[in-house]
Amino acid sequence: MARILIKGGRVISPAQKLDDTCDILIEKGIIAAIGKGLEAKGAEVIDASGKVVTPGLVDIHVHLRDPGLEYKEDIVSGTLSAVTGGFTSIACMPNTKPVNDNQTVTSYILKKAAEVGYCRVFPIASITKGLDGESLTEMGELKDLGVCAVSDDGKPVSNPQLMRRAMEYARPFGLTIISHAEDLDLVGSGVMNEGPVSTELGLKGIPWVAEDAATSREVMLAEFTGAHLHVAHVSTKGSIEIVRQAKKRGVNVTCEAAPHHFTLTDEAVRGYNTNAKMNPPLRSAEDMAAVRLGIADGTVDAIATDHAPHHIDEKNVEFNIAMNGIVGLETALPLTLKLVEEGVIDLPKAIDLLTSGPARALNLPVGQLQEGGVADVTVLDPNLVWTVEAQRLKSKSKNTPFDGWEMKGAAVCTIVAGKIVYRRG
Amino acid sequence: MSFTHKHILGIEQLAKEDIQLILDTAEAFKEINSRDIKKVPTLRGKTIINAFFEASTRTRLSFEIAGKRLSADTVNISGSTSSVVKGETLEDTAKNIEAMAPDIIVIRHGHSGAPHYLAERVACSVVNAGDGAHEHPSQALLDLLTMRDHKGSIEGLEVAIVGDITHSRVARSDIYALSKMGARVRVCGPGTMLPIGIERLGNVEVFTDMREAIKDADVVMMLRIQMERQSNIMIPSLREYARFYGLNPTNLQLAKADAIVMHPGPMNRGVEISSAVADGTQNVILDQVENGVAVRMALLYLVSGVESMQTK
Repeated sequence: MARILIKGGRVISPAQKLDDTCDILIEKGIIAAIGKGLEAKGAEVIDASGKVVTPGLVDIHVHLRDPGLEYKEDIVSGTLSAVTGGFTSIACMPNTKPVNDNQTVTSYILKKAAEVGYCRVFPIASITKGLDGESLTEMGELKDLGVCAVSDDGKPVSNPQLMRRAMEYARPFGLTIISHAEDLDLVGSGVMNEGPVSTELGLKGIPWVAEDAATSREVMLAEFTGAHLHVAHVSTKGSIEIVRQAKKRGVNVTCEAAPHHFTLTDEAVRGYNTNAKMNPPLRSAEDMAAVRLGIADGTVDAIATDHAPHHIDEKNVEFNIAMNGIVGLETALPLTLKLVEEGVIDLPKAIDLLTSGPARALNLPVGQLQEGGVADVTVLDPNLVWTVEAQRLKSKSKNTPFDGWEMKGAAVCTIVAGKIVYRRG
Repeated sequence: MSFTHKHILGIEQLAKEDIQLILDTAEAFKEINSRDIKKVPTLRGKTIINAFFEASTRTRLSFEIAGKRLSADTVNISGSTSSVVKGETLEDTAKNIEAMAPDIIVIRHGHSGAPHYLAERVACSVVNAGDGAHEHPSQALLDLLTMRDHKGSIEGLEVAIVGDITHSRVARSDIYALSKMGARVRVCGPGTMLPIGIERLGNVEVFTDMREAIKDADVVMMLRIQMERQSNIMIPSLREYARFYGLNPTNLQLAKADAIVMHPGPMNRGVEISSAVADGTQNVILDQVENGVAVRMALLYLVSGVESMQTK
């Protein structure tokens, strides 16, 4: 395998507390050396001067739609979208068709990703069979096969007794429970955040208490069982505070925030914009500020996209009946860098939230740069200005609320296991 | 002044002058409705499609009569007989209607925003005849015309709107229209039926006690309890609702002595309004219906871009 020498970039690897201008030599898929003035005869040299070199980015919340919903996305297009956005590892949610609740589907995903995928794929299995909220999946064996966590994302476990048992059962296997924390009875038939904007548009609202009540329950159950709880896409002021307090008293809890929740508010729904429809919904300005504060003070462990591709036919309809979700892999990096630009966090913190943070949250063996470690590396240009064109996204689906947005920052070279899988051309 | 709106999607987009012009135009059309031969050639050769994807009797009839009295060709389609039941998307339905070259589509739809969706996809004018819980502009305009008829002016009026504000498109359009014309709106209903931030839509004060809401009001507008739109956890019973939020001869005395009573219909007698009030001297409910035809004639005429009213 070719040798690659990345020269002269600002190398940031938060796990190593590394932030220095230096070179990285990659040999046989492994980081052979990190240091100044490295030379290597015959190596492919990547000039990274003026660029930032980071561990390959990690997104722990992706819907790859494969198997069964390949008209929205598949493992090839989804991983291509990922590496285009700078991601080298992604964890995929189990709400496929059939659901990833069994060994066959898990094996299929791992095999296909290894054969034709552009990046590493860590499957997440469901907590309950068929996402039915009634009976547990064979988590132990699924863990042995390679699932990194369990989640009924998109279809929250409503029965608290079942959630208790899932946590108790998952814990000894070292499996994290990822919760899409929403009380579905409180969500009702809501289609956007409940507030002045939903009132004005005459759309049914999803109140913040639907998320806070569920987050609170999950945290209590995690505290009771000692299991590791990871709260997905925290979007409300209350949920952030619940997680913050839980961490203070030592509960084994982590959480993630999605770029759309720290970038947009429910004002984006005006005009009945179905690309501003997702679950949890875009919230108030106050909630958005709280999510940002949670990111800044360490309450939020990871930035995760909740990349949710949907076909144009599923979005080009009346708001009430449009599908929930947006694609996010190709816009997450610049939106995170925007937080640096706006002074919310510094650059190493931003990189932590996109690499070591998510890797720690799900205990993934990636997200850092160290000699002898796997050579998953992203070279990014924090100053590159570009405009999002939905139709040019690598994802099969184009459902983004950021179409036409001017972005600053992009991955210019993405390396997975020592192989260049993406170069911005 | 001239009317520059191609579509009537909501009152929100209209300026005070637009509303004034619509009401004045409606006033001029009113006279036609009392003639022996109730027809003028204003919209001759124009095709109007009344696309009602949600049940409606009064509004559809009113739009149809308005179109016919202006000599337009009016065609009705309804949700239950259209291709919607066969799974066709609104976009495809819109394109198919479009291909038959109508001049105006009047749309009633259960989903908020459906008329806006349509307006972005067709070349003709779109008139919103009620979308979800969002807006019902022609209703608000006929309400204003009725208030103007009885009170002389809208400005300064105290208007109480009582009922299920959360699900009411009439309330939203009335709030916009009345606020723009300088009236003050008091909305009132049970705690479960008052949406967050409703006061931000205009010159609005929120009440939960009906007696306070209607005290010294010039206009008391009762909204229909839409039993088909909500589960039974919004109010415990119609009986209790009638007691706390129903209009009856006793509490009506709290309003000004010359207050008028309005209702967009259809009424639930004995629930939000007692028969004694519904049929009483202060009610102007049928005036609203009558004005509805004139207001809709005005809207169809104004969006059509036809230059002369041709009232002869």
